[in-house]
Order: sequence, then C-alpha cells, then structure tokens
Amino acid sequence: MKGFWHDAVEFFPILMNGVALTIVVTIGSLLLSTVLGLVWAMMRVSGIKALSMLSASLINVIRGIPIIVLLFYLYFVMPDLGVTLSALQAAILGLGIAYSAYQAENFRAGIEAIDKGQIEAAQSIGMGWWLTMRRVVLPQAVRIVLPPYGNVMIMMLKDSSQASTITVAELALQGKLIASSTFKNTSVFTLVALMYLTMSIPLILLVRHFEKRAGKR
Amino acid sequence: MIELSDVHKSFGKVEVLKGITASVQKGEVVCIIGPSGSGKSTILRCINGLESYDRGEISVEGLKVDRDAPSIVDIRTQVSMVFQRFNLFPHRTALENVVEGPLYVKKESRAQALERGRTLLAQVGLAEKADAHPPQLSGGQQQRVAIARALAMQPKAILFDEPTSALDPELVGDVLGVMRKLADDGMTMVVVTHEMGFARDVADRVLFIDGGVIVEQGPAKALLNQPQHPRTQDFLRRVLHPL
Repeated sequence: MKGFWHDAVEFFPILMNGVALTIVVTIGSLLLSTVLGLVWAMMRVSGIKALSMLSASLINVIRGIPIIVLLFYLYFVMPDLGVTLSALQAAILGLGIAYSAYQAENFRAGIEAIDKGQIEAAQSIGMGWWLTMRRVVLPQAVRIVLPPYGNVMIMMLKDSSQASTITVAELALQGKLIASSTFKNTSVFTLVALMYLTMSIPLILLVRHFEKRAGKR
Repeated sequence: MIELSDVHKSFGKVEVLKGITASVQKGEVVCIIGPSGSGKSTILRCINGLESYDRGEISVEGLKVDRDAPSIVDIRTQVSMVFQRFNLFPHRTALENVVEGPLYVKKESRAQALERGRTLLAQVGLAEKADAHPPQLSGGQQQRVAIARALAMQPKAILFDEPTSALDPELVGDVLGVMRKLADDGMTMVVVTHEMGFARDVADRVLFIDGGVIVEQGPAKALLNQPQHPRTQDFLRRVLHPL
C-alpha cells in the first residue's frame, strides 16, 4: 500500500496530462455528436421522405461500424484520400460520428414522445414546422432526453480511451506507457481506473439529478 | 365566410366524409351534432387544415384551404381552434400560452401582446392564474385558457372540437358561459358538441351529421325540438333521454 502511494505521487502529474486530453476528446466528441445527432433526428422527423431515409441509412451505417475501425479509417485511410488529420482531430471526429447515431435515436425518441395534440395546437395558431419544433416540441423533449443524454456522456468519457489506439496520449495511453516502462502495472492501472471513476462520479450524480427532475412532472 | 362544397375524406378505405356541403356566415354560431365517428370532428379539422381532404373544396373568406400551401398559415391565423383535450403547452404559463401566437407568429410587440393576453385571461375569468402552469389548473380553467389563446390570434372565426367532453360535469358550465359570451359578442363559431342545451340556446343553426353526410340541418330550436328525419329523431331521443 505504501508503495502504491509512493507511485501515485510520482505518476500523478504525468497521468494528469492524459486526463487533460481525455477531457478534450470527451467534450469535443460530445459537442460534435450532439450537433450531428440533432441534425440526423431532425431529418428523421422532418416528414420529408428522402431526408428521413437518408438519415435512417446513415444511422445504420454508423451503428454497424465499430468505433475502433472508424478511428483507424479516419486516421490511417483518410491520408490516402488526401485528407490528413491529427490524431486528436481524428479521435474527436470518429467518436463524435460514432456517437451521433445513438444521440440521434435518443433525440428522436424524445421528439416522438411529445403528444400529437401539442403539434396540432401549434399548427392551429399558425406555427410552421421549425417554429413548432423550436417553441413547442424541443423544449418539452429536452426533459425526456436528458437522462439518457447523461448516460451517453458517461459512456463517451470511458470510450475516449479508444483514442489511445490512434496515438492520442490520453489517460489510458499515458497509463500504458508508464506501465510498460516501469512494470508497475498494479499501481499504474489502479490509479488510471480511479481517475476515470473520479471523473465519472459527477456525471453519475448529474444523471440522477436529471432523472429526478424528469420524474417530477 | 366558411364554405364547404362536396367535401370527401377517407382514412384508408373508410370514407368518413361523403360529400359535405355547408356554409357558415359571418357572426353565425353553428353547432354540429351527431353520433361518435360520424365525421363531426373531421369537418373541423379539415377547415383549418389539420387534415387534408380528398375531393371537393373548402374555402375561408374566399381563400381555398390547402394544408400544403403556404396560405394555410393565413387561414389558421384567421380561424382558431379549441380542442377537446385543451392541448395547452405544459412548459409555459397560462399567459405565455396565450401570447405565444401573437408574439411568434404574428410578431406583435411584447408589450402589446402581454397587455392583450392579460385582458383576455380576465375576460375568461382567469386574471389571477396568468402565471400558473397548465398542470396546476383544472380542466375547465385549462379550456378557458385555450379559448383565450384562440382569441389572442384575433380570429374571424373559432372552431370548437367537443370543448366540454373532457371536463368534469361541474366545470362544463364555466366553459359554456365563456362561449355563450363570445357568441353574444358576435364571434363566428362552429361548435362540435354533445351539449344540446347549449346548441338550443346559443346556436343559430344546427347540423346533424351521421355516417359522413348531413342528414338534417336547420334553425337550432326547430331542429332540436321538431326533428324531421327519423335518424335525427332517434339520435336526439337517445341523447336527451338516455334512460
């Protein structure tokens, strides 16, 4: 145990560099997946067949490809097509695209849970599609969508470790590098696990808060 | 002001409107009565384009109702609708519900919209509930807010789709009272209802609809007191004397 604390103090600063990158990757891909997910969901519920089908196929293609393969594709294949991305860019783009499919399905479920009478009431006072979405449907859908959205945040935080496979020196990769040069596997990976857990706990509490609030009304 | 000419409408293979021809004059109160599933609500929903119709023509002040045309927004701002289940926006207060259309559709100034919104809420007897959210209101109060919301659009006519059917019996009177006042003030109204007393006292004309056709129509008192058609007679007997 004493050895662990000694190691912890020694490795903590290096691992914190990894934490910083983990947070950057998580927040970056969370934002991207949210925007893309909203776009896919809007296309899906637009009532325009071509858009809806395009979105449904996109979502299925994205869902059908493992994240790690998507990352390899962006990082190793895109340069052959003339598009070179940094490891960090590829990681954010890959995770963002991968998660946009889940976000889209979550958003769509929230939108479709809104009573049809709400949409008719909006239409009956002359609101068009976009105004109905913005003023009536989305504000109500947010309450429904937030708890699963919080879960996606937790999953993204953990899945950001997949960026290590394309050389992004986030927490998991930093840990692996230290472990392989010091052979202190137990100390290093215990520390890495504890650091992921520490970052997850506020998110877990946030989800619980969302769930309570959603249950209120 | 509202004209329907040989309107047909099917849901799948079921034809619910089989050639409806009718008109509503300015300032007139028309009640539509008839058994469930006879197509009463569908007529209202076609008039403001919540449903499309297959054949015939509906026009409002000479403007053809086509739910896919941009002009539908004009028609909807001129012809408001009050729903059976109120359909208030639960995430907004009573006052916000009322001013939503004037602010975001008609782009009125905030001060003007809010002032008229408060006046309208007072008019339906709910001045003190302006800041309440719909779930905090009774059914009757919610329906009166919905009427204020319809009025806020300064419509030329209001369509009421069974406005008291979802209410507890003791709350029906408040809503009917507001509607009677509107009628007295000269509002053009088309009301789908099962409230025969309201139809008799307030309506100028009553249409009896069964099986997607107008079976009988005429001045309210005449039709309700001396129905001519056997189906109307049978319907009224069962509604007025259920035992």
